[in-house]
Amino acid sequence: MKPSAFAYHAPHSLEAALDTLAELGEDGKVLAGGQSLVPLLNMRLAAPAALVDLARIDGLDTVEVTDREVRVDARVTHERLRTHVAATDAIPLLREALDWVAHPVIRNRGTALGSIVHADPAGELPAVLALLGGHVELASAPGRRTATADDYLVGPLESDTRPGELATAVVFPRPEPGTGSAFDELARRHGDYALAGVGVTVTLDDDRKVRRADAAFIGVGATPIQVPLTDALAGQASDALEPDDAIDLARSTIDPEDDIHATARYRRHLAGVLLGRALQTAAARAAAGGTA
Amino acid sequence: MTTKLVGAPVARSEDPRLLRGEGRYVDDLGQDAYEVAVVRSPHAHARIERIDLDAALEVDGLISIYIFEDLPQRLQEPLPLLIPHPAISHGRTQYVLANGEVNHVGEAIALVVAEDRYAAEDAVERILVEYEPLPAVVGPELARDAEHAVHDDIPSNVAAHLEQTIGDAPSAIADAPHRLSFRLDIERSASTPMETRGTYARWDADDQRLRLYSSTQAPTSVRAAVAAYLELDLAQVECIAPDIGGGFGVKIMHPWPEEILVPWVAKVLGHDVKFTEDRREHFVSANHERSQVQWIEVGFDDDGRILGLDVEFVHDHGAYIPYGLIVPIITSTQLIGPYKLENYRVTFDSVYTNTTPVTPYRGAGRPQGCFAMERTIDRVAAHLGKDRTEVRAVNFLQPEELPYDFGLMFQDGRAYRYDSGDFPGSLAALKELVDWDGFAQRRAAAQAEGRLLGIGMAAYVEGTGVGPYEGGHVLVEPNGTVQVSTGLSTQGQGHQTSFAQIAADELGVDVADVKVVTGDTRRFPYAVGTFASRAAVMSGNAIHLAARKVREKALRIASEALEVDAQDLELAEGQVRVKGSPDTAIDLNVVATMSNPLRYAFDEAARIATQFAQPGDPDAPPVADDDAPGLEATDYYSPTQSTFANGMHAVEVEVDPDTSDITVQRYAVVHDCGTLLNPTIVKGQVLGGVAQGVGGALYERMAYDEHGQLQNASFMDFLMPYATEVPSVDIDHLETPSPLNPLGIKGAGEAGVIPGSAAIAAAIEDATGITIDAMPITPSQLHDRRLAAASSTS
Ligand SMILES: Cc1cc2nc3c(=O)[nH]c(=O)nc-3n(C[C@H](O)[C@H](O)[C@H](O)COP(=O)(O)OP(=O)(O)OC[C@H]3O[C@@H](n4cnc5c(N)ncnc54)[C@H](O)[C@@H]3O)c2cc1C
Repeated sequence: MKPSAFAYHAPHSLEAALDTLAELGEDGKVLAGGQSLVPLLNMRLAAPAALVDLARIDGLDTVEVTDREVRVDARVTHERLRTHVAATDAIPLLREALDWVAHPVIRNRGTALGSIVHADPAGELPAVLALLGGHVELASAPGRRTATADDYLVGPLESDTRPGELATAVVFPRPEPGTGSAFDELARRHGDYALAGVGVTVTLDDDRKVRRADAAFIGVGATPIQVPLTDALAGQASDALEPDDAIDLARSTIDPEDDIHATARYRRHLAGVLLGRALQTAAARAAAGGTA
Repeated sequence: MTTKLVGAPVARSEDPRLLRGEGRYVDDLGQDAYEVAVVRSPHAHARIERIDLDAALEVDGLISIYIFEDLPQRLQEPLPLLIPHPAISHGRTQYVLANGEVNHVGEAIALVVAEDRYAAEDAVERILVEYEPLPAVVGPELARDAEHAVHDDIPSNVAAHLEQTIGDAPSAIADAPHRLSFRLDIERSASTPMETRGTYARWDADDQRLRLYSSTQAPTSVRAAVAAYLELDLAQVECIAPDIGGGFGVKIMHPWPEEILVPWVAKVLGHDVKFTEDRREHFVSANHERSQVQWIEVGFDDDGRILGLDVEFVHDHGAYIPYGLIVPIITSTQLIGPYKLENYRVTFDSVYTNTTPVTPYRGAGRPQGCFAMERTIDRVAAHLGKDRTEVRAVNFLQPEELPYDFGLMFQDGRAYRYDSGDFPGSLAALKELVDWDGFAQRRAAAQAEGRLLGIGMAAYVEGTGVGPYEGGHVLVEPNGTVQVSTGLSTQGQGHQTSFAQIAADELGVDVADVKVVTGDTRRFPYAVGTFASRAAVMSGNAIHLAARKVREKALRIASEALEVDAQDLELAEGQVRVKGSPDTAIDLNVVATMSNPLRYAFDEAARIATQFAQPGDPDAPPVADDDAPGLEATDYYSPTQSTFANGMHAVEVEVDPDTSDITVQRYAVVHDCGTLLNPTIVKGQVLGGVAQGVGGALYERMAYDEHGQLQNASFMDFLMPYATEVPSVDIDHLETPSPLNPLGIKGAGEAGVIPGSAAIAAAIEDATGITIDAMPITPSQLHDRRLAAASSTS
């Protein structure tokens, strides 16, 4: 479990990082918190010729909260975001989702954006990004672009990050007023990637009836699986939610697989149970004032 | 004597050093050593057609590469069958490097030596091995079906068949008013210590001596094996087990291929060489345990009294059988637990499979046996509609029936005879500790909230402290320090503290003045090893006996010096003093100085021992014929049979009615290991065991696919429980001293792990009404079982 030899770059500015990445092309790989990449290197499942470490870059480390969104830079760790009061007040779902991510030692090093770039289908933050309709900002020597969650999260452990590109920030839009949210999951051990999990948002109208509802599942497909639930729930009273149709819809949309930890059948069942619970919680939170 | 240390919760003296990071593990040594990496088989079963080293030879930093054909003749012999039980009809052990065939994923094929492990792994990656894959035999049942053979010349795949009986179980069952028969499965797990295997060898060409550091539970035997394979005199080889980051049984296995290869290469190259196994290697190349399929037939009366028990099981020992039949023999005897079985038959086949070999892991066959017996009792209770504790009670051996000889042969070839215990007392204590009788109310309250609770229990008896022997050496230095050594090694059990307590009690010194060294053949060359909860019983008593000899010698010398009858003297506070008039005393370190007649006064204190300071009797030699210089002694403890500790666990679980997620809510342990040397240490042992028991019941499983590929060879997928999954545990200690040894102690090392699967299965069964006959169990599996039950009743 020793990596093959690689060159190590630790640039001090974003520009220098982009220049280095441009030079390296296919050979270069960004190193953020290293919590996913370093194990891959040590097991020789990945053997990039060069790493470009973000650790010494001046900047790329702010969390910005505006009326419309929460913008998280590349070097912000899970733990910093989880304990960022303004950001988690603006989007309580962020904190609830981050509570499920790994363990303190990993959250202290792993970056929020890194987990989105890494695109594990059981990762919590990619699902939150998809659910809220957020996007990722990317930079490369030739220029900048943004990619919506749907475009960016391509497959299991596959995001649309191109050679020479660095993801600079992730942007989570704030849900509209009257929205409650919840994240629920079941992992074999506390902090493990979940067997299945779900984030939901429920928006109520002035009569406390469901106007809009959405879910994004983790661990039951190649990417976070989004299931629009407005049709299944619209008009239902928040304190008398009957989620059975929503659960049926979700169970028929998701696409879980068997593995040594659980059968596909169980994951499908579990996802439905978690959805029912999360919807009740989110509706109650929305009724209590929202937002998310 | 002043306050006794044995029995006191003395703080572990090793902890400050370990917690400060000052531990010295094998990989902390030999920073300039060459490092090795091993080419390991990716196939469960294959013939090796060709090995191409060319590309690897280009790697920077490569020193050398060895395959089977490069080895000297002695190293081309198979590794030893360590415990050659007569029932083993077809024993096979592995070669240090594969000889044309591989029989499990992870088997060693080539050894690469390089300047560091990075370069060694680079070379490993470039070695091309061509294989002809052969059909893999995976799982005990396929092995017994014998459609394919693991070893060509053993078409049945059976290494051994053994039967033991008490009375006549088949007739007793046939005549019994009630009969049940069923199957019980336990899956594979492993010790997975935090520190993997490691060996570091230094060959001193000037002295023609080999020093070996190995992360082992059996340094004296490693030394003997290495001397034999390298054709060296024992006197040329020393083996040291430095700090060890956990063993849990896997490190009693020896000699590992690397344990032979590393010293051999060090000698060949004239350079220090080190092997540090990585985690991925450990999963496939270090041994596993537990996998057994067991069929039970039981006959019983209306009270639940077991009239006859017939057990047949298949033990999956993996690709080779280096450790003999220890695990299945322990299952077959220890299965009996605290019960009086007058008609019992047990037969087992120990079979080859194309998987990592099986040797003891903490508990060593007992968790499987306990699962068989305790699940049987629960079935009997369910059949009769009786409380499960009542059925246990009617079957218990009573205290006055002990010692009790079952007429079976135990793992050491000696009598299976329980020395002491109070099983009804343990049950009463357990029921109180867990409030067994109050459970119905707790369950009802939970049910009202839509929650499912269940309770279960399991009892065990554990043979501990098996022979043949251990020794202890105790020496009082002229500076007052007491040096204690014993040959077996330590993997975190707190021996430095508990052995110091034993010596300090005998010698009347401060426990801080006692220094204990374990597992260093330079200090104590005779030993067996640390396994089977034996260190406290064996080395503890040996050190006690050696310290007693030292004490007697100190009394004799002091009695002459003080001109006081030895009977009127006592050892206390670092002195030998007159009972009742402590001012007439002589310091123990002075006695130590006097014990060694000197010619040279190398320091001030030494003067009293020189010839002119103490003329003595001119006609007697300064060292008497039956005496020796020095205030020291060696003694050995060698029992005629094992001691038998016992205990009972009770568990309350909650099962989520929707997700079938299982949470342990309450865990209670009543534990009786005879006289407690140190309650804090025993508690630590029990807690660690319970954690492993919970792991074995709910999380840990070596998941082989049908091709013999281990699908979860990492801690990401092999689910060792975290602190968040381990419940807090209530412990009650009972002390029924063993009549077999001077200290009255029994072992405590493995107890905590034994009943975990049985008790947790019982609790899940109680919560859900689903019969649990296989462990471990996951929420996904429990969900399937509940669905199946629901659809079969609807
Ligand atoms: C024991 C354990 C448990 C875990 N449990 C969970 C869990 O429950 N839920 C969960 O979501 N995650 C979990 N993780 C994963 C953890 O969250 C991720 O390791 C982390 O989020 C990835 O971020 P990082 O900063 O460590 O990325 P790195 O490991 O440094 O990088 C990961 C990948 O993303 C790329 N990358 C990272 N940042 C950028 C960037 N700014 N631009 C371009 N490419 C980039 C890297 O090149 C690499 O390919 C767990 C990890 C461990 C070790």
